[in-house]
Amino acid sequence: MIKNPKTMFEKIWAAHVVHEEPGKPSLIYIDRHLIHEVTSPQAFEGLRLAGRSVRRPELTFATMDHNVPTSDRSLPILDKTSARQMEALSENCRAFGVTLFDLSSPHQGIIHVISPDLGLTLPGLTVVCGDSHTSTHGAFGALAFGIGTSEVEHVLATQSLIQEKPKTFLIDINGKRPPGVEAKDLILSIIGQIGTGGGAGTVIEFAGEPIRSLSMEERMTVCNMSIEAGARAGMIAPDETTITFLKNRLYAPIDFDRAAEEWRTLPSDPGANFDQTTQIDATFLAPQVTWGTNPAQVVSVDAKVPSLEAFSDENDRKSAERALSYMGLHSGDPVESIKIDHVFIGSCTNARIEDLRRVAKFAKGKKVSSKVHAMVVPGSQAVKKLAEEEGIDRILKEAGFDWRESGCSMCLAMNPDVLKPGERCASTSNRNFEGRQGAGARTHLVSPVMAAAAAVEGHFVDIRQYDQVQ
Amino acid sequence: MKPFKVEEGIVTLLDLPNVDTDQIIPKQFLKRIERSGFGPFLFFDWRFTKEGTLNPDFEMNAERYQGASILVTRANFGCGSSREHAPWSLLDYGFRCIIAPSFADIFYNNCFKNGILPVQLSETEIETLFNRVRETSGYTLRVDLEQEKITSDDGLCFEVKVTPFQRTCLLKGLDDISLTVAHEDKIKEFEANQMRVPPPLLK
Repeated sequence: MIKNPKTMFEKIWAAHVVHEEPGKPSLIYIDRHLIHEVTSPQAFEGLRLAGRSVRRPELTFATMDHNVPTSDRSLPILDKTSARQMEALSENCRAFGVTLFDLSSPHQGIIHVISPDLGLTLPGLTVVCGDSHTSTHGAFGALAFGIGTSEVEHVLATQSLIQEKPKTFLIDINGKRPPGVEAKDLILSIIGQIGTGGGAGTVIEFAGEPIRSLSMEERMTVCNMSIEAGARAGMIAPDETTITFLKNRLYAPIDFDRAAEEWRTLPSDPGANFDQTTQIDATFLAPQVTWGTNPAQVVSVDAKVPSLEAFSDENDRKSAERALSYMGLHSGDPVESIKIDHVFIGSCTNARIEDLRRVAKFAKGKKVSSKVHAMVVPGSQAVKKLAEEEGIDRILKEAGFDWRESGCSMCLAMNPDVLKPGERCASTSNRNFEGRQGAGARTHLVSPVMAAAAAVEGHFVDIRQYDQVQ
Repeated sequence: MKPFKVEEGIVTLLDLPNVDTDQIIPKQFLKRIERSGFGPFLFFDWRFTKEGTLNPDFEMNAERYQGASILVTRANFGCGSSREHAPWSLLDYGFRCIIAPSFADIFYNNCFKNGILPVQLSETEIETLFNRVRETSGYTLRVDLEQEKITSDDGLCFEVKVTPFQRTCLLKGLDDISLTVAHEDKIKEFEANQMRVPPPLLK
């Protein structure tokens, strides 16, 4: 038995405290700072106004992802304000000496896809970005969280952050994940159970056999959506899966074996105390579909849209009533009867190579419904290239999917990929908020294979009914 | 940052839980590279009709709430995206204080960096405020951060709970970066000892 057992979070936190004083938040060191075009211009402007420089430009990495078009890269960007924002990032990176993966770079892509793929995200590091889905990087056993633009400026100037120490929350998953139930279904179901504020003020550690058996891509899907449960961060202990994934990555440590030895000491010690613990049984999980306008408004694909009487809490009931009206749904509608107009396969949640492989495996020899427009947006140029080398693009194009360039795209619809009012989309992204994919547009969050199946059938369908999933 | 000491003003209401930052400031307005000028786009898809006129069904649009500087709303306000454009737009519209049963973490932090005071009260206290504000046109509150109290003319009194650090920073309008720069020696010392993580280098 270890004396004073510590959680993984506590070990990483303790290793990064620069300064502490009683009654004050801690000053913690930041190992990796990721930036993009939308939340950084005001931070650089702040540095300029104060006459400050970037303290450690070699620890900051930039890309453009939020409002880049996913159409032909050789064409000029028509949206002038988007173009101006991207130019501002280029100019800022040049002026302050920050490495930028711009639209012409083979490494360009969604920041939360490229950083792990490049080996910039490593176990035991603190990783921040002016983007809430920074929680993704916790899949490697890093402490990773989203920050505001003032904090981006703070990290640029000081390579550190003033932070209150969050609480710890263990989500212990047991049982066996059934076939057809993906990492996306697991995290959607967890959010449905603990609610959009269920993780507030905490760093969640996901543990248990169903987590250990996930690939790195799947672990990233789980940690990515920790923020949708309101958590500060989500983490998964590094293991041999993590180490194998990182080996030979472009920015992986030069002395890799020594680094890996250190990573093996990071997992929470047996008997470590968490402020909060929840048990989840994966055995009876089914594929999930959101019916409302927040990710906790979710049911199994074989269920019905819930009745308002099902909500005991007055706020939840009002919220559900409003969501049903916005979504154009009625209590009692079977989820499988919901027809869709669009499918979006992409985003920092589900646009990695494995996601695309599963989609292609399902879609091979099938056809997208004539009533559906289905787009696939690879998470990065590197993912796109690899997919094309594997022939994934050909399978998808033959099936009628629209194969695009990389970016955040219709996850938040800041670029030209926007839905029209009333249009309904099966989306592999992370947020089904009102207007997220376009004013008045209706988003249902699902796993990549569930999205592909919906594209083929024109409505939601239980992926478990296909033989190949059994 | 403008210090926050006392704010006395009209209270307006937003009667929805889980208001996400996409609603506070929709993405089409995130392309500006300035910090200012976001106020006209606050709650854009709710405040305005498709034709661009003020939406009469949005409570905050009522004449009696015009000029409000205090917003009372429901649980988990500010969830979702980390965009600091959310507090920028609230501030630019005129809000200095937001009162709710709970806030999303990143949004809550972002408020303090912009001179906005987020105050957490119990569901019961929030319900009382909703009722009082709806009953009385032009209802005002006095938010006193020095005294850590919210009071009203009709005798309500609530405690403002923030950490001593947050309180000091808001009262003095302190900039976090200058506080941290004062610990420059500590950062240098940390970096010198940090053999554990060499900087990322291309092999």
